[in-house]
Amino acid sequence: MTKQIAIAGNEGPKVRSDCRVELEMLQSGGIQFQLKSKVKALYGDKIQVLVFEILEHFGVKNARIDIVDAGALDYIIAARVETAIKQLLDNDKEYLPEFLPENQYTTTKDRFRFTRLYLPGNNPSMMLNAGLHSPDGVILDLEDSVAPARKQEARYMVRNTLRALDLYGAERMVRINQGDMGIEDLKYIIPHNVNLILVPKCETAAYIHKLEKAIDALKPKHPMYLMPIIESALGVENAYEIASASENVVALAIGLEDYTADLGTQRTREGKESEWARSRLVNAAKAARIQPIDSVFSDVEDEEGLRNTVGVSKRMGFEGLGCIHPRQIAVIKDCFKPTEEEIDKACKIADAFHKAEEKGLGVVALGSKMIDPPVVKRAMKTIDLAIKFNLISKNWRKDYVN
Amino acid sequence: MSTKMIKNALGRMVPEAINGEKQIPFKGVGKHRPEGRKYAPPIATCADYPENGDKRVASLKEALIKSGLKDGMTISTHHHFRDGDLIANQIFDIAAELGVKDLRWFPSASFPCHEPMIKQLESGVINRIEGSMNGALGRFASEGKMNGVGVLRSHGGRYQAVQDGEVHIDIAVIAAPAADPFGNANGVHGDAACGLLGFALADSQFADKVIVATDNIVPFPCIPWQIHGNYVDYTVEVDVIGISEKIVSGTTRITKSPDRLRIAELTAEFCDQAGIIQDGFSFQSGAGGTSLAVGEFFANKLRERKIKARFVRAGSNKYLVKMLEEGLTDYILDGQTFDLEGVRSMRDYPNHVNTSPFTSYNYHGKGNFASMLDVVILGATEVDVNFNANVVTHSDGYLLHGIGGWQNCLFGKTVVLPLPLFRDRIPVIVDEVTTITGPGELIDVIITERGIAINPKRTDLIEKLKNSDLPIVSIEELKAEADKICGVPKKPEFTDKVIAVIKWVDGTVIDAVRQVKT
Repeated sequence: MTKQIAIAGNEGPKVRSDCRVELEMLQSGGIQFQLKSKVKALYGDKIQVLVFEILEHFGVKNARIDIVDAGALDYIIAARVETAIKQLLDNDKEYLPEFLPENQYTTTKDRFRFTRLYLPGNNPSMMLNAGLHSPDGVILDLEDSVAPARKQEARYMVRNTLRALDLYGAERMVRINQGDMGIEDLKYIIPHNVNLILVPKCETAAYIHKLEKAIDALKPKHPMYLMPIIESALGVENAYEIASASENVVALAIGLEDYTADLGTQRTREGKESEWARSRLVNAAKAARIQPIDSVFSDVEDEEGLRNTVGVSKRMGFEGLGCIHPRQIAVIKDCFKPTEEEIDKACKIADAFHKAEEKGLGVVALGSKMIDPPVVKRAMKTIDLAIKFNLISKNWRKDYVN
Repeated sequence: MSTKMIKNALGRMVPEAINGEKQIPFKGVGKHRPEGRKYAPPIATCADYPENGDKRVASLKEALIKSGLKDGMTISTHHHFRDGDLIANQIFDIAAELGVKDLRWFPSASFPCHEPMIKQLESGVINRIEGSMNGALGRFASEGKMNGVGVLRSHGGRYQAVQDGEVHIDIAVIAAPAADPFGNANGVHGDAACGLLGFALADSQFADKVIVATDNIVPFPCIPWQIHGNYVDYTVEVDVIGISEKIVSGTTRITKSPDRLRIAELTAEFCDQAGIIQDGFSFQSGAGGTSLAVGEFFANKLRERKIKARFVRAGSNKYLVKMLEEGLTDYILDGQTFDLEGVRSMRDYPNHVNTSPFTSYNYHGKGNFASMLDVVILGATEVDVNFNANVVTHSDGYLLHGIGGWQNCLFGKTVVLPLPLFRDRIPVIVDEVTTITGPGELIDVIITERGIAINPKRTDLIEKLKNSDLPIVSIEELKAEADKICGVPKKPEFTDKVIAVIKWVDGTVIDAVRQVKT
């Protein structure tokens, strides 16, 4: 390697919970450590111990390391230091922070995915409290929100985050890069209990198969769910094939910025230009018995606009949206919540169904009206949703009869 | 010279005497009984003042000389102009020019614009600051470079100290956006309009000499007369009294941080579930981003329920003015205006009322407004597991912030502190705060993004919230969570030298601040 000085991380007046590491390998003289930090009086010693431990782990004996810190937690400092070391040293070792026991949960295929919060994978401060806003999923993004030159840095950051940051029960998602770079990303996430992988610009079932092969080679401890994102005209045409490419594909999302660009048109608020693609995607997903998920709403200030958009999505059959700001989460969930009227109606229908079943009747009737099986099915879905949102209890029928 | 230290009622070691004056250690809330009569300034006579009411002199320098400026005096100024103040620095430049030494500067608060005071402190023109010390001044004092020992008081405590004669003000200089030659003055008119002049009330009443300086002299009478000319010795016209854009901002803003909004939302929800938000209730909330958001969430609840507050104590700002205009509160009782909308509202609306530390905060009075508030929303740099809180020092031991009205507000019926669990890795919930500014027995609820802790003393609140879906935990659990995320911090190191004391609202010493080891 010819590079002499490595730099990783960020500093600046607006940077918080991050640090900048400058590392130079030396021939002799041991470790020259320098720390500038506003938390130096409180954590300076701890940071030094950590940095020396990492250097030793990688066998670095002589080096100058300067850290400018803005309150970065240990796992963040560790990711930055490792990034710097790997720029100067070919080394297959990894320095892994402690894997919190509370991060080792799995999720289920059919869990709700109304909201999934995008977080730039190289921006630790935005991730710190992400789980507290109760999104259904947290997406640590390695793709579009990470500059090409910072991709490797982001991989260490996302890996360490998956291990050391409590996401408070949100489904742990990572959006990998496209193509082969995405396959390379897997090494940094599969061993660290990612629950679901978002596959950007997915156009063919063949890519899903290729990806799954690479995932299997890393021997995940549980099924690795996939959410392909359809972002091109070809992807839309192949939507059903992609949706049914594997048991592990649990949802199909649409990315409208890229899709409209591919069409050579503009994304508008009314969304006429993507109506067909969205309908096609909903249909493909439902045909494959998985969740269709809508794109993001990009004006974070416009709550009313978001509500309208979610309303349209819900009516089209979508079962979730992407969020680019935590404040969108509660609004979207609220929109997907069944209304009191809907719940009331569903309970009546479901109750009639159960009564008919108990009496061994083949036909469900509500008053003098016959109820068709699909209507019952829809009512059951509404009730499931109401239970999930804590709007009625699991034993709603007991309350209902009383 | 080493000072004898004594243990106060909170177990903190505080000096028996500072700056040659004996101190009373904190005895417990409401335990100290003041004795004697209030301080009174010398009797004046109209025979010494011009009958035509024109008390103008040519310059600030002349006014200071005529007021008898000399070594060892106490000079007071006020923070109505916040970071746009142009007068305080001039006073001490004049003192330096006249060769005067060992002054005590007694501001109601200091700001970054007062950094030039460091040269006066270094050269001995100023012996010490008794008031807030932030930024560069805080650093200077914390490193043990100030000759005298600093004293930090709350806004109410400052009134109390002046009224009780603990602090004798030789010369008060009141910078006013509008004044007449007689000395009547207000804060609502002129380029430097700042709303009100309440912090200068005590000084006008009790100082030996009172100077009013303005860049906006109007013929008698200057109405409203927030400061009465009958207390004033000299008036001075200057070219520019303050930098208006630094006095009130046009941009007080609700926070956009989703984490802070979550804390604010939890705070409003907590108050609601505790039954505090009712028709005719009252609250006080600061002008910081999170506090403003709490106010907005309160307003939403009032609007939804079609009820209103009887009064809001402020720090006024555009959001409160909107509440007033929308009829969501009957009154704003204002201690200082934070933006131009606040100034406009105070000027235009009779139910936007100017108040002072005397009416709102003075503990040695026959009651005050702060204790009548149903809920107050306050900040802090640290809170310990006994609910004691610190607002004056940073976790690294440096003086960071003044007390403001914070201590005085602790007497509100319910005191809620919405705080992040940690700031840039620095835990906010600790085993023991660096400096006690307020005793835990007065602090009721800590609301963080990761959980809410109710003071075990508030069994009524615990009972009311027992079936709540809010994340209610113990303060020890909050501390454990902060330590788990951030790691247990090392304590800052201090020398034995006391660089400042923190006064409680009754003039007793609640804690001492020591020199930081560098």
